Amino acid sequence: MSRTLSEAESKKLLESHGVQFLPEELVSGPDEAAAAAQRLGFPVVAKLCGDNIAHKTERGLVRLGLNSAEAVSAATRELLDAAVPGDSALGVLVAPMVDGDRELIAGANRDAQFGPTVLVGVGGVLAEAIEDVAVRLAPITPLDAREMVEQLGAQRLLGEFRGEPPVDVDVLVGILMALSAAVTEPLPDGSLIASVDLNPLIVHRGRPVPVDALVELADPGPGTAAGASGAATSGGGRR
Amino acid sequence: MRPALDPRSYRSLFEPEGVVVAGASTHPGKFGFVSLHNILANGYRGRVYATNRDGATVLGVECLRSLEELPEGAADLLFVCTPKAANEELLRVAASKGIGAAFLTTAGYGESGEQGRLDETALVDLAEDLGILLVGPNGQGVVSTPASLCAQIVAPYPPAGGISVASQSGNFVSSFLNWSCATGVGISRAVSAGNAAATGVPDLLRFYARDPASSVALAYIEGIEDGRAVAEAFGEVASEMPLVVLKGGATPGGARAAASHTGSLASDDRTFDGMCAQTGATRAASVEEAFEAAATFATQPLPTGNRVVVMTTAGGWGVVTADALTRHRDLELVPLPEDLRAGIDELLPPRWSRNNPVDLAGGETRDTIPQVLELIASHPEVDAVIHLGLGIQSNQARMMREGGFFGSEGDDPHGIQRIVAYHERQDERFAAAAAEVSERTGKPVLSATELAVAFPDNAGPAAVRRAGRLCYPSADRAVTALGHLVRRAEHLRRRAG
Repeated sequence: MSRTLSEAESKKLLESHGVQFLPEELVSGPDEAAAAAQRLGFPVVAKLCGDNIAHKTERGLVRLGLNSAEAVSAATRELLDAAVPGDSALGVLVAPMVDGDRELIAGANRDAQFGPTVLVGVGGVLAEAIEDVAVRLAPITPLDAREMVEQLGAQRLLGEFRGEPPVDVDVLVGILMALSAAVTEPLPDGSLIASVDLNPLIVHRGRPVPVDALVELADPGPGTAAGASGAATSGGGRR
Repeated sequence: MRPALDPRSYRSLFEPEGVVVAGASTHPGKFGFVSLHNILANGYRGRVYATNRDGATVLGVECLRSLEELPEGAADLLFVCTPKAANEELLRVAASKGIGAAFLTTAGYGESGEQGRLDETALVDLAEDLGILLVGPNGQGVVSTPASLCAQIVAPYPPAGGISVASQSGNFVSSFLNWSCATGVGISRAVSAGNAAATGVPDLLRFYARDPASSVALAYIEGIEDGRAVAEAFGEVASEMPLVVLKGGATPGGARAAASHTGSLASDDRTFDGMCAQTGATRAASVEEAFEAAATFATQPLPTGNRVVVMTTAGGWGVVTADALTRHRDLELVPLPEDLRAGIDELLPPRWSRNNPVDLAGGETRDTIPQVLELIASHPEVDAVIHLGLGIQSNQARMMREGGFFGSEGDDPHGIQRIVAYHERQDERFAAAAAEVSERTGKPVLSATELAVAFPDNAGPAAVRRAGRLCYPSADRAVTALGHLVRRAEHLRRRAG
């Protein structure tokens, strides 16, 4: 069984590899949430945060565009009420609301045949249908990262778009390099990252900003690269 | 786990001074007959031996009753057509006779269940102990044109050239060799790896990368066990020479077919694709695209940029090719430089297109096409040229030759023989000029016409082949091939220094 880290823990781990997130606060109650929102500046988002919450949006556990202390308190109360025991809820994350018309995704995986990989793609609600992604084997070089971005089909989305400046490719390259390092290097306890999802990266005035993060750890398998089943059987060729 | 890459073993496989077919048969339908036939029929210059339990004479070769009778040091390559049960003993005797490589066509190993897998492992271990390079089992054979060697159980034998093929599927070797025969762009080595028990496609590719007789590697891959090892091999090879890869099982449907063909696990195609981009391998989407990419690498210089000019004698082709170039992400339909336009103005009446594509619009006279090609290709702001319109007049010439009015030598009742000869001579000149200008400028010049397949004997395409180049069956295919060249050039340029 692999296990997922909470959003806060995921972000902390990725920050240690160089992914930059916006300042945010993990709070345990409505009053604390309102105070955090005051410090961060309105509008904010509030999200339930726990070890096992994978589909936050689908379950209504993300509240966007909260514009007042009252709204933040109310949302926090509702989120805590909505938590079920399986979520292993740790509290509520309060973060500045980021706006932008474009969304990207970035991630890392551990492929059964190729080992650690890094991915970048077009994000947003249509991402799965569009499937515009580029993958490379980790570790990657900055040039590999740049070529991943170049490879995407939606180049027009990356240029100037609806009055916003072009996507800052250097920032995106930095994020991909950090993901490459994260998925390549074992954690201090020896465990390995099975997957990382930065979904979405909201492009705010040209800058891709990761607003969510989900890290899944691989099982420490007996003596092998965890999660990578190297047992691909191939009978080889035939006529 | 794999035998070390001993250059001597590969020499035994590809440049043997003697070959033994073990299990030669008098039955012309059996592998043991066909392989001996193919070795003898294609001009192999080394010694040829065969074994047959009854000591029969097959195709004029008096067979040895057993490999024990082979003089020591007489052969380097053992071509095995015997049943499984005989093979371990065969390898032992082969080693004692100084044989360095064995190619096994024998089936019933890893592809046929648990016992087969065990037997295969035992065979690999034995070959490793004996120091024999084991290729197969369950493979179709090995071709090596520098040695005039056609040790395979299928046709064809290709013309000699620089492309070296390694395939997980034997019939893809045949496909690539058939394309080689059709286009005249030749092959150096070709191996069907069969079950790849000891020698896999990556091993063969690594050999090609260091082989002076190989200039381009061409691979068909279906299943990948150790993706990292494949990536490492691709990176090593692609840094030495162009590596063109066709991958089977790229889609869920194809992956299901591959699972039943070679038992391969599906791999994430986006990951394989990214690995190719990262290592500089050229990935092709179809067998003809793969061959044409390899043939282009083998016969055209690598461009230094992506600016393409189209030269055509017919407007519509130019338009469609301009579309293809504009759609291609790695190529640029460059606006015609002013001084180049002025230069062409000197050679053509004003009705020519005066832009890229350069459409001569019928304004050309006897020497115009070679002159315009020369001007375009030698311009410093042009990196590659696509040449369209070759062979049109020769196609009419063919119709006149065959139309019943041609007469015969010395008898030209309708006065058409001179113009027929003129058209054919002109198309030969144009094809030769394209190759010559390309060599002199160091830039790719690709001639494309469907006449290459519709009427391969047309003087234009025939002259392209004589010049050692590929005549592309369509402008789109030329654009695709050129795109592969530009991508590789860019990959190398970005990673140089």
